[in-house]
Amino acid sequence: MGLFDRHAGLLEAYRDVRTTGLDPFQIRMERVLSPTEAIINGKPTLLVGTNNYFGLTFDPSCMEAAIEAIRAEGTGTTGSRIANGSYTEHVALEQEIAQFYGKKHCMVFTTGYQANLGVISTLADQGDFLLIDADSHASIYDACKMTRAEVVRFKHNDPSSLEARLRRLSGKEGGDKPGNRVVVLEGIYSMLGDSAPLKEFIEVCKKYGAYVLVDEAHSLGALGDNGRGLCEAVGVLDDCHFIVGTFSKTLGAIGGYCVSDDPDFDILRVTVRSYMFTASLPPSIVASVRQALRVVKARPELRKQLWDNVSTLYDGLKDQGFTLGPEHGPVVGVHLPDRMTAIGFWRAMLEAGIYVNVAVPPATPNGVSLLRCSLCAVHTSEQLEHMVEVMTGIGRQMGVLPPPKLRAASGR
Amino acid sequence: MLLRTAHQLTVENDGIVETIALARGISRVHVIREICLHLAPYQAGEKPITGETVIAKDLTIDSLAIMDMVMELEDRFDVSIPMSVIAEIHTVDQLADTIQDLRASQG
Repeated sequence: MGLFDRHAGLLEAYRDVRTTGLDPFQIRMERVLSPTEAIINGKPTLLVGTNNYFGLTFDPSCMEAAIEAIRAEGTGTTGSRIANGSYTEHVALEQEIAQFYGKKHCMVFTTGYQANLGVISTLADQGDFLLIDADSHASIYDACKMTRAEVVRFKHNDPSSLEARLRRLSGKEGGDKPGNRVVVLEGIYSMLGDSAPLKEFIEVCKKYGAYVLVDEAHSLGALGDNGRGLCEAVGVLDDCHFIVGTFSKTLGAIGGYCVSDDPDFDILRVTVRSYMFTASLPPSIVASVRQALRVVKARPELRKQLWDNVSTLYDGLKDQGFTLGPEHGPVVGVHLPDRMTAIGFWRAMLEAGIYVNVAVPPATPNGVSLLRCSLCAVHTSEQLEHMVEVMTGIGRQMGVLPPPKLRAASGR
Repeated sequence: MLLRTAHQLTVENDGIVETIALARGISRVHVIREICLHLAPYQAGEKPITGETVIAKDLTIDSLAIMDMVMELEDRFDVSIPMSVIAEIHTVDQLADTIQDLRASQG
């Protein structure tokens, strides 16, 4: 058997995609001009699929901080923090994130993926139970493969489904199975932009004595009065034992973190392998992230601009008859009937100068095919209104939306 | 009842399964019948779904849909099947065995 035979089905599906035109999974940004614009295939293209929620990748103060750090401390750390030591800035960044959340401890990772991978797989081990939402991000699923804990999925955003699974761990005559229960949730889910019913989940976890880890990758900056995420927005910061997040979205760089009040938290520094055995963040990234965090605190108007833009796109598309994710969110998922329609739609949009993500099974929940749009605080309403017009036109051409005549007849 | 395979059953979505009392010692025939109800939409051609049916190979169901089907069965039979155990299940019979074993031990 050949090494790639097991991927035969995927290869065939992927060949279909590649031979019929532009490959959505290998797009080249010839030049990125701003948080919302790049040159793709030789022409200026509006970016509505890059998770750049506050548009901070080109924030002058963040860029300056990074440049200054390179001049002061060089381009990289050339090793992990347990081998090459922590730079003063790594420690300062950890203190600032801990303070941001009002938590005692913070650990910074080189990517958000590594933060989930390492923390989740280390917190729950043999004899423990990991309970994860069915729509969890790949980093959470991969963490599950690295642990000896028993992993059980519950239905997406369904606290009663979690409760049933926690209840089953309580044995006959009140004799609970030994072992910790760790429940993993996300603030905002990355494909459809829906948020978890976190208050209800927390109540269930308290009832059964389960630890809670919340991944705020897509909600940092976007939710809560101070941008701390869903935990802040629903008032359960103190009930979340571990909060994980990333620097690669709202904060415009790369990296991950985990905060906690647990007094023994720092033992993770010598147990989490994705922290111990990979190079630490370079000084420039640490500097730009520290500055980006200051910007998030100082400019709450960016959050308002982001949500105004969410409304413009979400409501605009909804009014035209598109089927969308269940609620407003910085990610707007547009449902399309099947994989090839989604890819064709994506290509037509790119030709019209708009870049979004295409998401098809198996990367999507329930096998749906989606165009995944992510908003930026610095998109203009004109750009987004134009996008709604373009998508409406393509939707009608492709038969995804009814023709305009029928809509007039329906009295709209 | 000691039916080992599902092809001896008539699989209809007639709601009878819903009315079966959920005693812990539920019969194997009911477990298999319920599994077949969940798998029916993925039947490939005329080939009947039996106890020996290899779920991921003989049917048109993908790995994600298998996991979601298992979640439904978990709630139907009030058991939790760890992901590592799901990974070892290949046939309808093995899935039924797992559910019955877990009902006995998790009860």
